[in-house]
Amino acid sequence: MTAIKRSIWVFADYRNYFQNRVTLQLLAKANDLATAMNYPAASNGASSGNYYRLKGRGINPLSAEGGLKAEVWAVVFGCETDEFVAEYIAHGAHKVLVVENAALKQYSVEKYTVLMEKLARQYQPEIILIGATSFGREFAPRVAKRLGTGLTADCIGLEITEDGNLLQIAPSFGGNLIAEIITPRHRPQMATVRPGTFQEIPHDNSLRGEVIRLPMPKKLPKDRLHLVAYERQPVREQRLEEAKIVVCGGRGMGSKQKFKKVFELAQLLGGEVGATRPIVYAGWVDEDALVGQAGKNIRPQVLFSFGISGAIQHTAALADADFIIAVNKNPNATMMKMADVAVVADASQVCAALIKGLKERIQTKSDYAD
Amino acid sequence: MLKIVVCIKQVPMVSELPWNPKTGTLKRELAEGMMNPACAHALEAALQVKSRHKAEITAITMGPPMAEEVLYEALAMGADRGLLLSDPALAAADTYATSYTIARTIEKQCPDVDLVLCGCYTSDSETAQVGPQLAEELDIPAAAYVEDFKITGRTVRMQRVSDNFLEIMEMNLPGLITIMTRSYAPRYPTLEGLADAFDHPQVNILGAGDIGLDVNKIGRNGSPTRIINVYSPTAEKKNVVLTGSPKKVVTAIFDNYGDKISGAMGKDLRKQ
Repeated sequence: MTAIKRSIWVFADYRNYFQNRVTLQLLAKANDLATAMNYPAASNGASSGNYYRLKGRGINPLSAEGGLKAEVWAVVFGCETDEFVAEYIAHGAHKVLVVENAALKQYSVEKYTVLMEKLARQYQPEIILIGATSFGREFAPRVAKRLGTGLTADCIGLEITEDGNLLQIAPSFGGNLIAEIITPRHRPQMATVRPGTFQEIPHDNSLRGEVIRLPMPKKLPKDRLHLVAYERQPVREQRLEEAKIVVCGGRGMGSKQKFKKVFELAQLLGGEVGATRPIVYAGWVDEDALVGQAGKNIRPQVLFSFGISGAIQHTAALADADFIIAVNKNPNATMMKMADVAVVADASQVCAALIKGLKERIQTKSDYAD
Repeated sequence: MLKIVVCIKQVPMVSELPWNPKTGTLKRELAEGMMNPACAHALEAALQVKSRHKAEITAITMGPPMAEEVLYEALAMGADRGLLLSDPALAAADTYATSYTIARTIEKQCPDVDLVLCGCYTSDSETAQVGPQLAEELDIPAAAYVEDFKITGRTVRMQRVSDNFLEIMEMNLPGLITIMTRSYAPRYPTLEGLADAFDHPQVNILGAGDIGLDVNKIGRNGSPTRIINVYSPTAEKKNVVLTGSPKKVVTAIFDNYGDKISGAMGKDLRKQ
């Protein structure tokens, strides 16, 4: 065997299309981190701009050739996974480690934990990234415990520090503070990341990667947790508190009639409707939709906020929103200052334009097989 | 007799938190504590087991001396005894050190435990890591995010939704379950329960030495992760301002943030 290169692993969470994308998003981030390790002078931290910046200088950061010190590996456990293996290579995996066996067809936290521990001890990756799906959030802590290393949950940023550690940036104290965390003396460094946090890099069929197929270990401990039955669920009725997308409306929407656009947009997005206290008082929405004091705390991945000034009673309930797009005529409204994207315009007009734009873009795409 | 341990954490009461409007952050030092909501659901699940089986419920918490409050609350709801693990040496523990600490406490104080129940995550740090890591430390089977379970003999049958799959699972006791907040809505402590909790307090307070914990495996010493910097997201937030016609800003939103929206929707929004 040639000298082991430093590797950054991404757990392949392919159970459905949505989770498949978190794997692609992590492969993109892993490439940023590898680039920061390989070209420390050319990169500034591990920002997502590295890929394009290096491409512009005639370097293909995804190429495994040329004596790279760090590589990106995807780690796949399952049965009949060829389709995914090809997809991961086209999205920047330099190597794909595959364990295929009929016994791995269903996700099993016990089997997957044993396999991941075994492979990590064998190949000694620097970093393991795992998508914060329900499965990933149960699987990652077990792997970290067995490997005797640290794990940071729900990272919103990952970088390489000057001394080569993985900087894990994660919300803390209920999202009110951001913590920068390192794992200085233990390897691998582990982190989970929620779907939608990072952007995938474009699919590129010209990329080549090495596929390493490993046999199923003979002596796996017997499962103690047994899956008796399972079925894919139609997405259950979402409650506001758990919705991934929330569309909130306030007085700036103008009228009860115009407020109906908030409902239409939420429906198109597959999200839920939220509202401020005055809107509930006015009877434009039911009390159920109240976001804020005496109402609900929400934690969407994306929050749209239309015509809301941002009284503290409302904004206190938004601390866990990952990404906020606010629309208001007044650029100085508190809600606009809190937003990641502040759109200075009429709320109901932008709401209508978003509905139109979404209708043009939504296509029916079938799920990958599980 | 089923021996049940419920792990509980005291967290700041978010709805009552004093707010610093200048920085947009919470004044945590002024915060009142409460039982973490998911932990209250786990305790309710234990109480429902006790209503059907002969069972003894021990509530365990780790934290500063004031964390004793949540144990009294647990007693008032119907737990049989409370254990507070409080020691300056335990401070700044990450989930790795915390799971070691709680596992050794359970082994020492409840050696024949049948069922360990935890909330699926805490409202302050939300890592959801301590439950699964505790199961690893105790070397017992476990399932996370469980919504419903029934015990028949030595077998637990559980139901949960994991990544849009409805799963029915089984394991033998002893085992560990983390409880999702969709079910087991917690009961209120009764006045009678409260009076009883304070008249006949069944709360023990223990330090690291009482459990015989390895000082290199607890608190900051035993934590592989290090927090090197903390800052307020509102103060640091880069705010992008868009102006122009509704059509123009909407195009800009889809061009620049379409991935975020499509990621949250689980749909592809790229124009073909």
